[in-house]
Amino acid sequence: ILLLHWILVFNAVDGNNGESLQAKAGLLELQKKIKEAFEVFDHEANDTVDVREIGTIIRSLGCCPSEGELHDLIAEVEEEEPTGYIRLEKFLPMMVKVLSERRYRPIPEDLLLQAFEVLDSAKEGFLTKEELVKYMTEEGEPFTEEEMEEMLSAALDPETNTIQYRDYLAMMVIDEN
Amino acid sequence: FKAAVLIQRWYRRYIARLEMRRRCTWTIFQSIEYSGHQDQVKLHDFFSYLVDHFTPSSQNERNFLSCMFAEERLLKDSEMETYCDYESIEVPDYYTGPHVSFPLLPDHATALVEAFKQKKQLHARYVLNILHEARKYLIQLPNINHISTCYSEEITVCGDLHGQLDDLIFIFYKNGLPSPERSYVFNGDFVDRGKHSIEILMILFAFMLVYPKEFHLNRGNHEDHLVNLRYGFTKEVMHKYKVNGKKILKMLQEVFCWLPLATLIDEKVLIIHGGISDKTDLELLEKLERHKIISTMKYTKKPEKKKAAEESRSISAWFPLKSRSVPSSPLRLSPHKGSRSASIPCTFTPDRKEIFKKVRQSVQLELKEGQQQMDFSEFKDKEPLRFPLESEPNSCDFQGVNQEEWKQVVDILWSDPMPQEGCKANTVRGGGCFFGPNVTEQVLQKYSLQFLIRSHECKQEGYEFCHNRKVLTIFSASNYYEVGSNRGAYVKLGPDLIPHIVQYQANKTTHTLTMRQRISRVEESALKALREKLFAHSSSLLAAFKSYDLDGSNFITLNDWSVAMESVLHLGLPWRVLRPQLVTHTINNMLEYKSWLNDLAKEQVSHENIQSSLLEVLYRNRSNLETIFRIIDSDHSGLISFDEFRQIWKLFSSHMNVDITDESICDMARSIDFNKDGNIDINEFLEAFRLVEQSYLEDKDSELKGSETNESSCSGQGVH
Repeated sequence: ILLLHWILVFNAVDGNNGESLQAKAGLLELQKKIKEAFEVFDHEANDTVDVREIGTIIRSLGCCPSEGELHDLIAEVEEEEPTGYIRLEKFLPMMVKVLSERRYRPIPEDLLLQAFEVLDSAKEGFLTKEELVKYMTEEGEPFTEEEMEEMLSAALDPETNTIQYRDYLAMMVIDEN
Repeated sequence: FKAAVLIQRWYRRYIARLEMRRRCTWTIFQSIEYSGHQDQVKLHDFFSYLVDHFTPSSQNERNFLSCMFAEERLLKDSEMETYCDYESIEVPDYYTGPHVSFPLLPDHATALVEAFKQKKQLHARYVLNILHEARKYLIQLPNINHISTCYSEEITVCGDLHGQLDDLIFIFYKNGLPSPERSYVFNGDFVDRGKHSIEILMILFAFMLVYPKEFHLNRGNHEDHLVNLRYGFTKEVMHKYKVNGKKILKMLQEVFCWLPLATLIDEKVLIIHGGISDKTDLELLEKLERHKIISTMKYTKKPEKKKAAEESRSISAWFPLKSRSVPSSPLRLSPHKGSRSASIPCTFTPDRKEIFKKVRQSVQLELKEGQQQMDFSEFKDKEPLRFPLESEPNSCDFQGVNQEEWKQVVDILWSDPMPQEGCKANTVRGGGCFFGPNVTEQVLQKYSLQFLIRSHECKQEGYEFCHNRKVLTIFSASNYYEVGSNRGAYVKLGPDLIPHIVQYQANKTTHTLTMRQRISRVEESALKALREKLFAHSSSLLAAFKSYDLDGSNFITLNDWSVAMESVLHLGLPWRVLRPQLVTHTINNMLEYKSWLNDLAKEQVSHENIQSSLLEVLYRNRSNLETIFRIIDSDHSGLISFDEFRQIWKLFSSHMNVDITDESICDMARSIDFNKDGNIDINEFLEAFRLVEQSYLEDKDSELKGSETNESSCSGQGVH
């Protein structure tokens, strides 16, 4: 802890000059981070990415937009005549803004739990497979068949054919970390 | 419904993160592959260095050189019968494996498949028999096989198998066994890396002999004994056939060089293993004598007949190759840069005449005295193996192909497509080229072809179209890097020549795992490989970190860490994205780098006697070391002498500017010479530093797991 304090102090003692330098460094670092994530999907090494992978990139950078919000973001960075590709030079500034403004923050665990509870009309602590499938594929921003299958493979308790959502969430949270 | 959206949002993010991890894992594999190529280039440099600077001063050193520059030679027909005398090999009564008799019937071939499914091993006698017959058959095939869809309704084309028997079995299960109604083309790279290369070969050759009109094979860059030395097939054969392994290896050379170079379907679809170049000339390819190219790694020029025997040289240029199927898109490290260069790096100057003269003379001396080192040691009363430089006006066996022809074949077997226009030397593999869409267009038009099918590169989905769907890469070895790393695929063509792709992934366990678990597994494997690489560069990393640690606090920022990593390793990896997986303990976004490096080291085996810096060097050069060992061990006995080992190290380390004293090498060697007989068992040596892939040990485990599959198919891809 002592070490921790010492380092914190050390970092803080920078003075005004240091602060703006720090801010700049912070921005640079952010840009590098975004660029790296972008490049993972840049298959032709020409600073473009297939528009269908943008969602993955944005989400892996820590944001949790809905599909609708995602579409808006894409619209912002698309070309005038959509080419199917997004260029880094457009993506970068947009993403920097998104991250600095801390938009589309991930959902806290308890809120997620509440969401499940809302769907669990019978308040039994679990959802049946049919219920979950119905909600996920018919409500909100529906899942594709693939997405549904994938979720079920991890969420479904095969013996009871139900989704014990408390356990499921707990497991997922551990996975994330 | 807000709740639903919330859950969906969250879930999609979760999946996205998994996807990112998956892609990163793939990137790691790719980049390690790529950096591995540099190894091979280094090896080549080493050999060139030898040629340039090295005057052999001792018998040992001359032997070493002679191994490198010795001519390969194909057996003359007269020798064939005696050498490949399979009939004299007895099959013992207790043998429970499959029996094979000629003429081969479809049932025999099917029986082979069944037997291999049950983990039986084919007896050496039958192996040699099949190889013998295969060679006889292949000799009368043209360089380019012209086949037609009117024979059988559909033709199935499969890509690299790389010794993965499970995949072959799956293909036959899902698509059906070969038959007069079901044609197959296997596009090279049947062997190396996987554990069942010989079994795959036996099955493929058996079906080829049974259904000659319907079953076709193309040569791949791995159908090459020099490549096999490096990538595991040689090892596999010697391990499974301790008594007759050498014979089998020699026969394999004979068979591989007779494999056709390409297949043409309906004069419209060209199937080659690697790719093409802007110089690809199908007429030339049809005419050349393909069997003269024993290995695409060494170019052997025709000796000039005019000069006296003494003066003529054999010019063997080593071709620096990383042959392993490389995943798509070379990294941002842009091997595309640079202009087209000759793919034959070694050229000879008059200075080398002296070296060669000496080498030749000493080797001849050696040969006359004793022949233990040579494969032909059994034939003491036969003519000793000689360089073709001897006055043998009728040594037509040795005259290789001319340089242009050789290059044509290398291009076919080694090239990769690239998205950019043009045609550049393939610096990643060391030979062949990168060919662009315009080159494809040019060649297709020149010969009125519709599209190309090739393999050679591992694709995550098992296949990939490029160049405006004019080039299809098909790769049939699923889980190539690791369980769950990629799918395999094959393509079916009917008379309409529209490709239908079928994908699969052969492994029981992946079926039951969730996506996260599957990805984690592959990821862990990639990270392990990466960490080993990091360890191999510990000292450089420490130096780099220190340069960022200006206040001597032993801490650096994570940003500095990322920059330092790239500056040392040059792997082009997304370090910031990977950071959470590699660095787990940070304090306020700072890393205590010394203990991090220590943790890395602890993971690797430590041999107490050996200085860690030596260990590092070994790790960095392991694959080259192993290859050199195997070349030295010309009789494949698995042993090299103490002296040979010291020699290798001396030469290698001086070239690599490695600061290791002679003493430490000797100490190390001695500590490994367990039985103190002056010989080092190669495997033991590599094992001592855990450099040997735990292959044959882990083999037992994986064999127990059986192999069910899960697959999906997607069809109806139109061609344009």
